[in-house]
Amino acid sequence: MNSGLLSLLPDLSLLSGRLAWHVALSAAALALGLTIALPLGVLAARSPRLRWPSLALAGLVQTIPSLALLALFYPLLLGLSNLAKGAFGHGFSALGFLPSLLALTLYSMLPILRNTVTGLTGVDPAVVEAARGVGMTDRQRLWRVELPLAAPVIMAGVRTAAVWTIGAATLSTPVGQTSLGDYIFSGLQTETWAMVLTGCVASAVLALVVDQLLGLIERGTERRDRRLWGAGLAGLAVGLAVAVAPLAADLAPRPARYVIGAKNFSEQYILAELMADRLEGKGATVTRKINLGSAVAYRALAAGEIDAYVDYSGTLWANVLGRKDNPGRAAVLAGLRTELKRRDGVVLLAPLGFENAYALAMRRDRAQALGVRTLADLAAKAPGLTMGGDLEFFSRPEWASVEAAYGLRFKARRQFQPTFMYRALGSGEADVISAFSSDGRIAADDLVVLGDPKGALPPYDAVLLVAPSRADDRKLRDALAGLDGAISVEAMQKANYSVDRDTGKVAPAEAAKALAAELKE
Amino acid sequence: MTDAIVLDQVRKAYDGATVLQPASLAIPRGQFVALVGGSGAGKTTLLKTINGLVAPDGGQVRIDGAATGGLDGPALRRRIGYVFQEVGLFPHLSVAENIGIVPTLLGWDAAAIASRTAELLDLVALPREVAARRSAALSGGQRQRVGVARALAAKPSILLMDEPFGALDSVTRTALADDVRRLHDQLSLTTVMVTHDIAEAVLLADRIVVMSQGRVVADDTPRALLAGHPDPAVEALMQAPRRQAARMREIAGE
Repeated sequence: MNSGLLSLLPDLSLLSGRLAWHVALSAAALALGLTIALPLGVLAARSPRLRWPSLALAGLVQTIPSLALLALFYPLLLGLSNLAKGAFGHGFSALGFLPSLLALTLYSMLPILRNTVTGLTGVDPAVVEAARGVGMTDRQRLWRVELPLAAPVIMAGVRTAAVWTIGAATLSTPVGQTSLGDYIFSGLQTETWAMVLTGCVASAVLALVVDQLLGLIERGTERRDRRLWGAGLAGLAVGLAVAVAPLAADLAPRPARYVIGAKNFSEQYILAELMADRLEGKGATVTRKINLGSAVAYRALAAGEIDAYVDYSGTLWANVLGRKDNPGRAAVLAGLRTELKRRDGVVLLAPLGFENAYALAMRRDRAQALGVRTLADLAAKAPGLTMGGDLEFFSRPEWASVEAAYGLRFKARRQFQPTFMYRALGSGEADVISAFSSDGRIAADDLVVLGDPKGALPPYDAVLLVAPSRADDRKLRDALAGLDGAISVEAMQKANYSVDRDTGKVAPAEAAKALAAELKE
Repeated sequence: MTDAIVLDQVRKAYDGATVLQPASLAIPRGQFVALVGGSGAGKTTLLKTINGLVAPDGGQVRIDGAATGGLDGPALRRRIGYVFQEVGLFPHLSVAENIGIVPTLLGWDAAAIASRTAELLDLVALPREVAARRSAALSGGQRQRVGVARALAAKPSILLMDEPFGALDSVTRTALADDVRRLHDQLSLTTVMVTHDIAEAVLLADRIVVMSQGRVVADDTPRALLAGHPDPAVEALMQAPRRQAARMREIAGE
């Protein structure tokens, strides 16, 4: 029986909420983009001196990959928020809607700007002269002649912008904005292809419907048929209202809610569900913000935008505190506990009891054939081997440390989405990969973790972090207290594998329930 | 009586190149003036200074005695009819909306605009059923008739025309030219027409102003100019219609 389909079913109940946010975000970005790009386009069409720089700037923005653009807005807004906090005593959320809105707005501007300029400058000069000759003011000429004549070209630009924006809005998931991208990112991570497909199809259908309605308006302006563009406009308004309606319930006042964060991999989803379940068991309302980027998650916690999440001691040690040394497991934990509290007010509530360390892994048969058991052995064979890493591994300090300590020089390096990394190992596209010690696939795929005699890889105890604003929150502390040292690495591996395996996989929420039953309480 | 149009030492240069030397011209009410000359002579620039489409660098333009320098450009242009060389009908508007554009800008009520539009279609000899059409559906001659109707919609006393018949075939051209002269007389207009066709100027105008290199080089009745002029450039220009007329008589065997 295909339980991949089964685990998809509860997700469809989230569709209306995700669609609502997706529509709200895209519509707001497009409206804002229009509000800025249309007047700018009019000015640029009138003034050649403004035309070149504005088009060049919009074109430059377009060349920034949309995922990067979205990610760049987070630290920028965080800085602004801190400034605002200093100046007015109030910050704002740098996570979620705002960075997504700003990035998508910038993204939507180019086609609107370019088509407005093209449309306006393309109006027959004889007609423009006639408009002046019959005594129109500049404003009348714009509204009565130039804009109506340029309208079909401008509308074509708006259609392009709409399709781009709706597509790119799926990328707002990693900065913490709920969207149809939640399906795609989670599905990609857990290899639930039906889920990925759900996200893609939903976003594609949305884009198609909006494009057709805008097309109706475009034809209406072209033929000056009020019924046609009226129908298109009405369709958009009704569609927007219906799609966004579920958000109204979210806006109603509710008891204080907790926000549990998760980075973008299965273990994080499971642990987030585990924490959320325990909070909900105490009667709290919980929102989950999943698929956060690694660096985004800690900053979001420090800023109080999420209340709790799980991170790993080595990651915090190197990336947050910027430490390059490795004083040992206990010292790292103790150092983190005092330093994070002192620096950001973040509470290291408890280590969960297992490590999810970076480790280099190989297929057992391959390792035996090459006679490789430790990283030191590997160094001799490396020039003939291909190393596969997850998307961040090669830019992490751990890699630099291992590479330097053992003098590793590989034939080639390749980066993979973690899911595909294990596949690459199986198919021989990679000989060695960066694995995580708690990954269920290590046991399932019969991999060996290579020894680290020089201690180059730091410890990675999973630790529960709590936001400064929730440091003294009884309910949160009570709900999570029982997790202190309660999860064994075997239990975590098993839970991870139940989500990651190809057949018979379960949803993270289900895996969390199974894990809860195995806690060492 | 005050002259309808007075140009007093009007000059214009574009990017340092002089297009109009200081030029002066006084046109009494009711006169039909043709501006002729080779290309680049400054005819169109001179015409456009009259309704402010071109702002002169120096000198003064007076309409019915009032200097235009202090007037609001759009308001001035709504009082003066203008027929464009390339017609310049608004392609997104119907024939009726094109004709009614100046009254619309002036804020006439819809009923007044509708009756004026119908009246103008009759005046320029167009069937009323073209009112709802787009200009793209009209022939070249019909389009320029709409252009003339649009220029006359708000009952101006002055009509400016920039090579209005240039793009038309000769039959259409003659018919339309005759109609324009008829309208000029019927509506007591003051008309200034730029043309490169000397024969047309001779046949239609009361007065011909010859321009060369931004200056007025001759200014007289068609009859006087046909009789001869001391300036060799003017003489050469007037030769053409004279010779044509002589050839025609010869062929007709008179």
